[in-house]
Amino acid sequence: MLEYFQILGQEVYKILFLLVPILVSVAMIVWLDRRVWGLVQKRRGPNVVGPFGLFQTLADALKYIFKEIIIPASANKVVFILAPIVTMTLALVAWAVIPMSEELVLSDINVGILYLFAISSLGVYGIIMGGWASNSKYPFLGAIRSAAQMVSYEVSIGIIIINVLLCVGSLNLKDIVLAQKDIWFIIPLFPMFVIFFISALAETNRPPFDLPEAEAELVAGYQTEYSGMMYAMFWLGEYANILLMCAMGSLLFLGGWLPIIDIYPLNILPSPIWMILKILFLFFLFALIKAIVPRYRYDQLMKLGWKIFLPFSLIYLVLTASSLFYFDKLPKGNF
Amino acid sequence: MIVHSIFFYFFSIIAIFSSLMVITSRNTINSVFFLILDFISVGCLFIMVGAEFLGMILLIVYVGAVAVLFLFVVMMLNVAEQKNSWFTGKETKHIHSGLIVGNLVLLELLVVVGGWKYKDDLMSSSTLILSNTSNTHQIGLVMYTDFILYFQLAGVILLLSMIGAILLTFRERVGVKRQSYIKQISRNPSSAVELKDVESNKGVKIDD
Repeated sequence: MLEYFQILGQEVYKILFLLVPILVSVAMIVWLDRRVWGLVQKRRGPNVVGPFGLFQTLADALKYIFKEIIIPASANKVVFILAPIVTMTLALVAWAVIPMSEELVLSDINVGILYLFAISSLGVYGIIMGGWASNSKYPFLGAIRSAAQMVSYEVSIGIIIINVLLCVGSLNLKDIVLAQKDIWFIIPLFPMFVIFFISALAETNRPPFDLPEAEAELVAGYQTEYSGMMYAMFWLGEYANILLMCAMGSLLFLGGWLPIIDIYPLNILPSPIWMILKILFLFFLFALIKAIVPRYRYDQLMKLGWKIFLPFSLIYLVLTASSLFYFDKLPKGNF
Repeated sequence: MIVHSIFFYFFSIIAIFSSLMVITSRNTINSVFFLILDFISVGCLFIMVGAEFLGMILLIVYVGAVAVLFLFVVMMLNVAEQKNSWFTGKETKHIHSGLIVGNLVLLELLVVVGGWKYKDDLMSSSTLILSNTSNTHQIGLVMYTDFILYFQLAGVILLLSMIGAILLTFRERVGVKRQSYIKQISRNPSSAVELKDVESNKGVKIDD
């Protein structure tokens, strides 16, 4: 029995070693987002608190902690409190399977990519629960929009993942990265990368697809009634999800922790640094798009998801499968 | 092994409790939430017996898509709290049919489990050789070889039901202006703006 507690202690230590950097980097990423947004608009962005304004998010978080949590009188209290907790928990548990290098991964499971996909599809519950439990019209409309949006874009993300899996032959994230040793999947599957990126924007409710919280129509969407730490948890969960989508994109298409070319000056950088650089690059694109692209109309969003992305990724799936078959490059498993 | 059984009982108690709550809770939304909890704990049980692919697919398909749509519908319909539950003593008409269906399901389960316990290879018609491959590979090997016909048929049935649902709810709307991206993008100032001489008291007809 004692050794179980020892194992448990080690695992808790490992989990903390994973979660604390993620929470810190979420704070940094919020700062980066606002900074890029400011620079695009020829402003400076947050630059007062700490060096370059780096501690701005920490200051914000401190402010949220000391604010009062207001629960509307007609809200369903249990679900109302549960919603931000669900959002943040789901955004953090998904990081368990993300490999930062060949050894540096908390749990190396066989169905890693399915786990990621499942967790990201559960993310919609936090939003629906928050919107419904607030018992108010704007949050409810926001929640319904986001449910439809996330379910629609999950379909095309699923098909894109199948595209990648066809080239790999394994659901393990490590195998997916190692299969890109010769060529990153962004080159043969470039259209899929573009669609994945846009679907990731829609999946995480980022602009230009931030209709669930469109401030001009729905006040703040599903988080209208939230205040204080509960709002901050929604916000942290959202950014952790964005970071997760960036990590997923870099694992699936940008070769994870692999350097660009395996030659001397490039491969002395440790693998986690490469992974972080790729995540940051994708996040930079996310931030840039937030600043430069206007918001979509709701029917345009649905049309894009169902009538353009879904058929196109299906056609590309057939193309990938048949060309792999024709050139006899289908992955041979060990069975 | 003791940790394994602790986890097993933990998940199965949650599964049974939440499935009971699905049928007894007064608020329909709470029922759906308990259904989701039930799906998740059953998924965990699947993973515990080593069927990680099935567990994850259960999470993705049922929790990630089907239950979202359930929740969606229940919220949109705004179903009020159920007034007459069978604990309050009021008569409802649904109990009899529900009991019949429930007993049928129980009977089927008994037949399947009994047959499986009686003879291990009674049901198996596949040529699968269990080896050390992952169960995703195993499912693929069986599904796309021995059961390809059933797999395709299931797909066709799902497609048919989708087409049927669209057909039932489809209605042609008149007077709707549709947006055409190609038209919008291919407009240029010379073709978009047109100068017209307006005669006095005549006006011009602008077609749209």
